[in-house]
Amino acid sequence: MDELSLYGKRKRPGELFWTAVIYGAASLSVFLLLGIMAYVFSRGFRVLSLRFFFTATSALKGTVGIGGNLLNTFFLMGITLSAAVPLGVGCAVYLNEYAGRGRMVRLIELTTEILAGIPSVIFGLFGMVFFGRVLGLGYSLLSGSLTLAIMVLPLIVRSTQEALSAVPDAYREGALGLGAAKWYLIRTILLPCARTGILTGILLAVGRILGESAALLFTAGSARLLPKAGRGFWENVRGIGRKAAEPGGTLAVELYLQMQKGEYKTAFGIGCVLIMAAVLLNLLLRLAGRLKG
Amino acid sequence: MENSINIVVKKNAQKRTAGAREKTEEAAEALFAFCAAAAVLALVSVTVYLLFCGIPAIREVGLMDILFGTVWDPTAREPKFGILLIVLTSLVGTLLAVAVGVPVGILTAVFLAEVAGPKTAWAVRGAVDVLAGIPSVIYGLVGIYLLNPLMYRVEMKLFASSPAHRFTGGANLLSAALVLAVMILPTVISISEASVRAVGPEIREASLALGATRIQTIFRSVLPAARPGIITAAVLGVGRAMGEAMAITLVSGGSINIPFPFRSVRFLTTAIVSEMGYAQGLHRQMLFAVGLVLFVFILLINMAAEIIRKGYGERDG
Repeated sequence: MDELSLYGKRKRPGELFWTAVIYGAASLSVFLLLGIMAYVFSRGFRVLSLRFFFTATSALKGTVGIGGNLLNTFFLMGITLSAAVPLGVGCAVYLNEYAGRGRMVRLIELTTEILAGIPSVIFGLFGMVFFGRVLGLGYSLLSGSLTLAIMVLPLIVRSTQEALSAVPDAYREGALGLGAAKWYLIRTILLPCARTGILTGILLAVGRILGESAALLFTAGSARLLPKAGRGFWENVRGIGRKAAEPGGTLAVELYLQMQKGEYKTAFGIGCVLIMAAVLLNLLLRLAGRLKG
Repeated sequence: MENSINIVVKKNAQKRTAGAREKTEEAAEALFAFCAAAAVLALVSVTVYLLFCGIPAIREVGLMDILFGTVWDPTAREPKFGILLIVLTSLVGTLLAVAVGVPVGILTAVFLAEVAGPKTAWAVRGAVDVLAGIPSVIYGLVGIYLLNPLMYRVEMKLFASSPAHRFTGGANLLSAALVLAVMILPTVISISEASVRAVGPEIREASLALGATRIQTIFRSVLPAARPGIITAAVLGVGRAMGEAMAITLVSGGSINIPFPFRSVRFLTTAIVSEMGYAQGLHRQMLFAVGLVLFVFILLINMAAEIIRKGYGERDG
């Protein structure tokens, strides 16, 4: 019998339905996202070995490995960051500390905002024609790095700006009141205070560089060979310079190319490495976030 | 740290006169200004270059012929540069991806913010965070390895009795849209979760006190209050789906077709990626024009988001 009672709960089919929908959607997302990660990891993990990390794929020698790509990735990351970080931090300092709140600053912020939303293929197209053809760098790690430097600039500018504006004004007033000059204030107080923010920006940029493929395929190219070690020290230094002018595919680009060729085993191996790198970066980002708080 | 500062201070006291200090100051300001100028110049030059390379091609072929032409055959003796089907594919593909990804993402965000216990929410949020950082090629890899064969089986069943159908082996619009839908999930989830959490407790309390159930509170009070943030999440999802290239180049098939679910298709982004390597002359300039069209779409999407957000801001605040 249906008896209305204060203590009984009315069953609402709609309520039950929507609760089920919410749970369903959440478990679907978690299943999909974790499933993808677990799948790539489990398939790729078997491929991993020391050999895989330190040799280059070569049909001649019959080896399969990502040594060359790993090196290219680090190399590209090095050039990109050494171009983008000083420029980005400098830009943020200027916007936050020197420029007034004028129309110019608004305009600059708007540009960075817009450019942060541009798809990476467009950067690739730009880099290929501008750095590759107009500046004559061709398919090279340098041309890829410069393209990526432009791409990650907004990330670094924005996180540095956020960190700088989080520094209390009392610090600035205190330092200036004690007679410190502006450059001294920036160097000894503002930048040290903002360093976790800058670090966050760099980590985000590293993640972007690791995962990028569309902007690199036609700027940095796809070479995967390991360079030969030179004899003397200077020989190696010159080798580094030469390396910048040579094409080189990063891990993500190599993954794409292997997948295109149907070499799924290698592709999953690289995928596994990239996922581990993404997890590691995520941990570091959390650590940086904790340092701040 | 402190030590080094002291040393620097001493050095300054010993070596520098007031004039030298002023010079350092000027040099520092000039350096920072230079950085800002260089950064802005680098960023603006991408846009300007895009216009610079895209507009001549559009002038030469004619905007109407490009936007409404249905034949894309850039390497023929008399090349044709109609991108209507490619634009349509991008629009339909993005729409499909968003239609699947955004509701699932928003409901997951509701789960995280309103339903789940703190520990579950923490774990799920961690997973979502990590996945936001996974390279897009990996989504492509899983798409081509797992989703395409699955799609092919469905296709075989569906079109078993229609001889006119050209089989795609599973690399079709639907596969690409599903890959995109999964890819935009992390973005949609984290931004809508933040906006659901930002809804003040008084709204929830008022709704519950009036006798509404938890579900009614979520759907009638909390979600409407979080609407601006949720719209932002959806728009960012649209932007991400529209701009993605590498995850879907192989998954989508690659031939130019009217975007029906089981057809092999080419998106604006995948057209650029697959032709960039060999395009020459006018063809290359046309790719810039394609890039320009993509750019305009993304600008429009961002502007729409801004306008919607402003509209809400005025009404609420």
